[in-house]
Amino acid sequence: MILNGKALRYGDHVDTDVIIPARYLNTSDAKELAAHCMEDIDKDFLKRMRPGDVIAAGNNFGCGSSREHAPLAIKTSGISCVVAKSFARIFYRNAINIGLPIVVSPLEIADGDQVEVDLDNGVLKNVTKGTQDSFPPFSPFLQELIAGGGLMNALKEGKL
Amino acid sequence: MSMTMTQKIIAAHCGKDSVNAGEIVLAQVDMVLGNDITAPVAISEFEKAGCREVFHKEKVALVLDHFVPNKDIKAAEQSKKVRDFASKHGVVNFFDVGETGVEHALLPEKGLVTAGDLIIGADSHTCTYGALGAFSTGVGSTDMAAAMASGKVWLRVPEAIKVELKGQFQPHVSGKDLILHLIGMIGVDGALYQSLEFVGEGVQNLTMDDRLCVCNMAIEAGGKNGVFPVDGKTLEFLTAHGAKAPRVFEADKDAVYARTIQIDLGELTPTVSFPHLPENTRTFDEIPADMAIDQVVIGSCTNGRYSDFVIAADIMKDRKVDSRVRCLIIPATQQIYLDCMHNGLFDIFIKAGCAVSTPTCGPCLGGHMGILAKGERCVSTTNRNFVGRMGHPESEVYLASPAVAAASAILGRIAQPSDL
Ligand code: SF4
Repeated sequence: MILNGKALRYGDHVDTDVIIPARYLNTSDAKELAAHCMEDIDKDFLKRMRPGDVIAAGNNFGCGSSREHAPLAIKTSGISCVVAKSFARIFYRNAINIGLPIVVSPLEIADGDQVEVDLDNGVLKNVTKGTQDSFPPFSPFLQELIAGGGLMNALKEGKL
Repeated sequence: MSMTMTQKIIAAHCGKDSVNAGEIVLAQVDMVLGNDITAPVAISEFEKAGCREVFHKEKVALVLDHFVPNKDIKAAEQSKKVRDFASKHGVVNFFDVGETGVEHALLPEKGLVTAGDLIIGADSHTCTYGALGAFSTGVGSTDMAAAMASGKVWLRVPEAIKVELKGQFQPHVSGKDLILHLIGMIGVDGALYQSLEFVGEGVQNLTMDDRLCVCNMAIEAGGKNGVFPVDGKTLEFLTAHGAKAPRVFEADKDAVYARTIQIDLGELTPTVSFPHLPENTRTFDEIPADMAIDQVVIGSCTNGRYSDFVIAADIMKDRKVDSRVRCLIIPATQQIYLDCMHNGLFDIFIKAGCAVSTPTCGPCLGGHMGILAKGERCVSTTNRNFVGRMGHPESEVYLASPAVAAASAILGRIAQPSDL
């Protein structure tokens, strides 16, 4: 699968409280959550983004609370992929479990850069800057999990 | 293969003689936990996948603690969803208003977790139970749903940082200062994907409440889990709370660690994390003497235990909270509430001008019961000070121990007990 979109760039340690503030956690409705996605770090996020766009960030993206509402809000908002230098571990597994593509890469990406992600071949391109990086594929277990449509499908197929 | 303590517990739960760091395994869980925010998402997933029953009626814990007593209609609907699920599936360990408490204080108190267990919870501070010699870690709601159905979770086996403790705390220094100091040292991603394994002769000088507080904040260093070796204090705690028979695991003598950190408990002084990351730690030689505050919160899964309130009450006895400060006292469980009440702590707090609340997460996550306005400043014994964590995105949370929080409440500024 190849994803293509403009990058919305954030710094290090973007925590799940700014991705989706607790004041909205009295619902688990994905659309309602998406309506407040990134609100406390970028109040124009929804105005700035187009479906298919990519979030690019520094280290430790998604740190803090285990709320799956965070990757869910991002995915439902239409973001196609999150690229970061590193991810907090619970966010990482939540993204995999719900099928939000994530890529770990040190490639420099600025706000507004056009980005292309080839998930199958592990290639990340910054089209604007003409640079690229390859990223290691997930372990076989996780590849199977993602290809199978996430954790609950694996469960249904008796793989757990 | 030599293994860390964490690796041994994981190996024992996936039927292997040994596991290696980085390996992905499917492990059997002893307890799956969820709360009123994360369980509703898990329940939807569970039902969507057509799961008909939970894998074990006693190995699922559902705790209503974040927005309870229900703060609004939506929160009430979420609680109801969990309540209905618990009743439909005969979940034994379901805790509703009246007997509920903050989950990570409640489970150890009720004896529901023990040494050697593998516990997952759809709450990041599930790592708290490492204090009891268990492997416990936070996961997401989908993980919770899958584990409720299958009793299993996928885990990437972590490598570990060894934290060697020696010495003894000075007065008014506690587990909170230790963990804030460590996070300040290694950063909020200093232990990313790793275990923090606490060892050394200093361990015996930590109370169980200190250890629970330290492991609680392992996640604030990015850690997968924090864990303490099992000693006499652990066993005494487990027996007193009627926990199942413990299984004791020890790291191999030649276990390999990503790195070793040494901390002399005697050198630590009261420590405060400044906004907006727990790693922004300062000691009082670096804190201006005139930082006025608007609110103090003493409570949460980090420092809402009985010993925390004893420390705060000792400081507040026969004193008054500064007139500009709202001081909130939130015992983490009903038992702690009773203990505070019977031992006269509430008299001290209320005469000092504090508000005492029923157990709830409340303000810790900016849920309810103490939300900050724009520009307000709070000293809190909780564990996170992210932007907007306790209310308005332009409010500020300073993380500290109960001793610092109590002294700050009295003086109306960020202060340590020796300032009184
Ligand atoms: S007290 Fe705070 S950190 Fe602990 S479980 Fe509740 S919201 Fe989370």
